[in-house]
Amino acid sequence: MRVPLPSDDWIADPRRGGLALLALVLVVLPIFLPNRFYYDVAIHAGLAAIAVVGLNLLIGYAGQISLGHAGFFGLGAYGSAVLTGTHGWPPLLALLASALVVAVLAFLVGRPILRLRGHYLAMATLGMGLLIFMVITNERTVTGGPDGMAVPALDIFGFSLSGRNKQAWYALVALCLLLAVWLALNLIDSPVGRALRALHGSEVAARVGGVDVAEYKLIIFVISAVYASVAGSLSAHYGGFITPDAVGFLHSIELVTMVVLGGMASTYGAVVGAAVLVALPQFLTAFHDYEQVMLGAILIVCMIFLRRGLLPSAIDLIRARRP
Amino acid sequence: MDKMRFKPMLCSRLTLACAALATAIAAGGGAADAQEPIRIGSFLSVTGPASFLGDPEQKTLEMYVEELNAAGGVIGRPLELIVYDDGGDANAARTFATRLIDDDEVDLIIGGSTTGATMAVVPLAEEAEIPFISLAGAVVIIDPVKAWVFKTPHTDRMACEKIFEDMVANGISTIAMIAGTGGFGTSMREQCLDAADAYEITIVADETYGPRDSDMTPQLTNIRNTEGVEAVLNAGFGQGPAIVTRNFAQLGIDVPLYQSHGVASASYIELAGDAAEGVRLPASALLVAEDLPEDDPQREVVVSYKQAFEERWDQPVSTFGGHAYDALFIAVDAIERAGTTDPAAVRDAIEQTSGFMGTAGEVNFSPDDHLGLDLTAFRMLEIRDGTWTIVE
Repeated sequence: MRVPLPSDDWIADPRRGGLALLALVLVVLPIFLPNRFYYDVAIHAGLAAIAVVGLNLLIGYAGQISLGHAGFFGLGAYGSAVLTGTHGWPPLLALLASALVVAVLAFLVGRPILRLRGHYLAMATLGMGLLIFMVITNERTVTGGPDGMAVPALDIFGFSLSGRNKQAWYALVALCLLLAVWLALNLIDSPVGRALRALHGSEVAARVGGVDVAEYKLIIFVISAVYASVAGSLSAHYGGFITPDAVGFLHSIELVTMVVLGGMASTYGAVVGAAVLVALPQFLTAFHDYEQVMLGAILIVCMIFLRRGLLPSAIDLIRARRP
Repeated sequence: MDKMRFKPMLCSRLTLACAALATAIAAGGGAADAQEPIRIGSFLSVTGPASFLGDPEQKTLEMYVEELNAAGGVIGRPLELIVYDDGGDANAARTFATRLIDDDEVDLIIGGSTTGATMAVVPLAEEAEIPFISLAGAVVIIDPVKAWVFKTPHTDRMACEKIFEDMVANGISTIAMIAGTGGFGTSMREQCLDAADAYEITIVADETYGPRDSDMTPQLTNIRNTEGVEAVLNAGFGQGPAIVTRNFAQLGIDVPLYQSHGVASASYIELAGDAAEGVRLPASALLVAEDLPEDDPQREVVVSYKQAFEERWDQPVSTFGGHAYDALFIAVDAIERAGTTDPAAVRDAIEQTSGFMGTAGEVNFSPDDHLGLDLTAFRMLEIRDGTWTIVE
């Protein structure tokens, strides 16, 4: 049985119309990318979007906030860096191994915390993120400390994908993003997703209805952590060099901001939020010393006037204009 | 719903305004001169935790590019400086470097305030074959030598060696170390431990403190209780060394205290107060510009840079801005000798730089030395009566 969708608009059926539109945008976009710098921005936006789509599941659907997602991102990144660089593992295996470690960690952190009601997860993940940051900064012999470490190129089945091969990376990241979005949409439309939406509406009602609230929240938390880890691994291979900045608290906040800016509980909104927040600073460099101020001002204005986030508000507007 | 409608208009107008302004600026920069400008690209940590590095660097580059342009440019062409702020984030630095290389099509890059940002960009410069002069400290940037990468600041290993030289001259052979766990302290601690053997110096105590610690009495008590300590060396940066200096005086430890070049700023003396009396450290000649003897070959450079910087920006000169000064003039000198901005010719000319007198000392690059400084670049200073004094 399908839960009725809010509207029968083609765009509102995310698994068909929306996904096709996203694929179309990703295919057409390179025509408007004049050189490697624009590819670089697009790839960064795509990598951020993968993490943000995962985080949006947690924030938008499970109603929990993670302030330590950069920790998962960073574990994925450093996991891949250390396993491939220092120990010579194949990159795909390293990516999966890091994701597994992150999943176990998220499970261990989430299991006791998510039995509680309220925003305890935010605090737990905040602490966890800071801990991961400290370990990575201090374990100089393993991680290179604050100065960072080099990461080998991504090697898939003998085909080496250097970060300088922008077109290939764009294709890879676009594919991964489509896959990430498709998985997220399926999850939302699965029994887990429906249960989550029920508990987002009223936790008590959901519980009465037989939903194991804690377990569903935990599943989503683990999945969103894995999203971040995979994005981190890919991003490390793409950049070829990582520093603890990627693990820092500010990066966690940036990810949450992307979710909120794009529109909570909107998977495509998460993609839009990531793209805007990655690209905007590049356009704001024209303001020289005032770029930070401009960035802040734009975010404030958007949040005041587009309260539900960029994409949901935009869709509302399109609907409102129709007769 | 009516209200909802006009609001996004505001947003789109704002974006339009941004776009218009960006185009205007881009057009103004590109089409102004018939003579093709020499494009110097830079990414610096102007904001964020490393802004104390990036801010003076940016000001220095801006100031001297203006001055060079007023004097008719270099090889008859004006200079165009493009600076991006990486906020100390290596990821951002890499994106901006990609932008400099592929979008702005710069002729060379001067930048990278931090080691992380520099190392993230090294592969890009190597691949694009564009000369890159880094302003960051660590020795990994130029060791092993990379064809297209140079750097101007001394390394932390040189600071260790300078300190050990002074210790040996004063008959000190058994010392204690206390280091911060930040990037600077950790790296210097490792380099000092590694370099100590060559000077026959034994390190009998090795303590560390966190970057935000506000009391180092326990670590210093350990050091005081260690037998045979003849001097204490503190490798650190920011407020940590000032606290170490105060605690050191409070505990009445009666051996010389050596600090690193990381504290070479007026704020250290302010923070440490009277406790700083007698502290020794290696530092760039810039700190004591006016006190250098008249016949010192470096005097002219550092005095003129110091005066120009302080007059223009109304803030004390720092060694970090000096690194940018050195990098810019090494590049200008190389372009003049090459007579072109062809990257390979400029790179070769930079590598042939010899006898160049900068704020950090005399620079002599060679195919296997892309740092080109020796220990004479450092001056051993002592703090006396609340100010720096040359002790050599």
